[in-house]
Amino acid sequence: MAGGAASGGGPRADTYAADRTWLLLPAWVTLSILVLAPVAMMLVYSFLTKEFRGGVIWEFSLAAYDQFFFDRGLFGDEPPRIEWTYILIFWRSIWQAGAATLLSLLIGLPTAYYIATRPARQRAVWLFLITIPYWVNLLIRTVSMKFLLRDQGPLNDALLGLGVIDAPLSIVNTNLAVQLGLFYSYLPFMVLPIYAAVERYNFALSEAAADLYATRWVILRRILLPNVRPGIIAGCVLVFVPSLGSFLAPDLLGGARNFMIGSLIEEQFKGNAGNWPFGAAASMILLTLVLILLLAFARAQSRESR
Amino acid sequence: MKKLLTTSALALSLAAGAASAEGKLVIYHWFEYIPQELLDKFAAEHDVEVVMDTYDSNEALLAALKAGAIGTYDVAVPGDYMVQIMAGEGLLDTIAEGELANKGNIQPQWADPAFDPGRTHSIPYQWGSTSFMVNRDVWQGDINTTDILFNPPAELSGKINMLDSQGEVLAMAALHMGIPQCSTDREQLKALNAMLQEAKTHWASFNSDTAKEVLVSGDAAVGQIYDGFGAKARAEGANVEYAFPTQGYVVWMDNVVLLKDAPNRENALKFMDFLLEPENIAAVSNYARYVAGVEGVAPYLDPELATQPESNPPAEAGPGVFIAVCDQATQEVYDQIWTNLKK
Repeated sequence: MAGGAASGGGPRADTYAADRTWLLLPAWVTLSILVLAPVAMMLVYSFLTKEFRGGVIWEFSLAAYDQFFFDRGLFGDEPPRIEWTYILIFWRSIWQAGAATLLSLLIGLPTAYYIATRPARQRAVWLFLITIPYWVNLLIRTVSMKFLLRDQGPLNDALLGLGVIDAPLSIVNTNLAVQLGLFYSYLPFMVLPIYAAVERYNFALSEAAADLYATRWVILRRILLPNVRPGIIAGCVLVFVPSLGSFLAPDLLGGARNFMIGSLIEEQFKGNAGNWPFGAAASMILLTLVLILLLAFARAQSRESR
Repeated sequence: MKKLLTTSALALSLAAGAASAEGKLVIYHWFEYIPQELLDKFAAEHDVEVVMDTYDSNEALLAALKAGAIGTYDVAVPGDYMVQIMAGEGLLDTIAEGELANKGNIQPQWADPAFDPGRTHSIPYQWGSTSFMVNRDVWQGDINTTDILFNPPAELSGKINMLDSQGEVLAMAALHMGIPQCSTDREQLKALNAMLQEAKTHWASFNSDTAKEVLVSGDAAVGQIYDGFGAKARAEGANVEYAFPTQGYVVWMDNVVLLKDAPNRENALKFMDFLLEPENIAAVSNYARYVAGVEGVAPYLDPELATQPESNPPAEAGPGVFIAVCDQATQEVYDQIWTNLKK
């Protein structure tokens, strides 16, 4: 697998240079219809006036952003103060997604390293095993997770049976349950990019370092990790971004006691509030945050390759 | 989760069985709320292809129709207050006098409800109540008080599931405090906000889809729930009892409405007439465990339904009240209180 494209005398990179426009056309059309148009719509809606019980009135308004950033009291007539409600909801989601990403990294990195260092035939089997649970729908996996973690569930039964704990651990309906759910949902997105990076890593470098009396810790920190860094960054982005907007795990495992970004936005369109411009504004703010994050990663990535 | 499976299964089976049907009927309905055999029966009797989509809340129905689904569906099944809202939004067609042959079958008490005077847009589907159930293994004391939800005894604290539905939670809270549902009194609203903040510390979760499952599995010892759904939880073996608080409880009625711009208006009216026949609507009651609003259903009903504790409030039960429709300014305060509760 490794280095397959680089070896051999296949087509050169610029073989199809003249046809570039046509080759890119399908991608551009798909992106414009499925990504750019909806985002543009969202941007426009976030600056419109809300219609009672859902819908918009075509008049320019900053009310949605005002509601996000300023608190005017229960009845809307107090002098504006900074609104912490939505910042708190965003912070909670970022924190949950961050914890899930860290957990995925801690488990995913050694797993990927282990798989990548097996003989080639075994690797395929391990990768296959990693993907098996993901043939099952996300919803069903999340519900199963709840059954596993519940007070009378197998996890608590096992721990009680082994005498590790005296009373069942209440995990369901806590932040920990949400983090575990997100971690489990997105783990392969961490393992696979890191695996790809480790597989390309030239282990002769480790051997050379060892010959020069580098300790195992130094080899890991100064040789291996910098080399597989692009894979780690890709894995973190792939786990963090979907976790941020997810509402399945928070609703089912966290008990939906507190809004996450995803459920807050959903409530504006499907719930009683029916405030479409506010839902659009919250989505735009989320989109901006994610964009900033991705740009930061991309910059870190390109600095690395220079 | 279950609703997704049901929907796709229905879509498949319906599409398969209707190769050469004369016309079509497109229904927008709640999940798990009509037996498949009844849809098949209608399809066979009228040689009509029946297609059904499902939703999980009145607000989701409204949002979908306002977002452009109007003109796709012939009939929908909104709750009482949502009939009033949808009529106000101009989403309903008017049923002219004489268009429904079986309109006379509607029980007198439901023939002229406040949410649809004169039944010009709707017919009754099922009605029932929303209250809560308590696990009797965990709590043996009195359950017929809203204190169980909002000021629970220590044994029940932290084991309560609420419906993830603003209307039902805030209506129950108003009954608990003895204030009107669309109060404009600032002191009352502030007190309501404070009471809910305190009550939330006792709640484990907000979930509507799994309201029954958490009671059956024992994950929750108290759960806000609809009466028929509660009857099913009891039938599945949970030692749970449905409460009729002395402060009152929520009553609702779901209604079949004729949607504006219905593509198959004729078939929609046929379907409404079909559901006004006692035998057919009784089949819905037997399936969903709620009560029909049509005369003469008794001979067709499962005998257990008549004595079902969830449908028979004791004499000392408080009043059953419908969820009120507030004006915009008032509703915005209630939206704010709900956001405060869930932030």
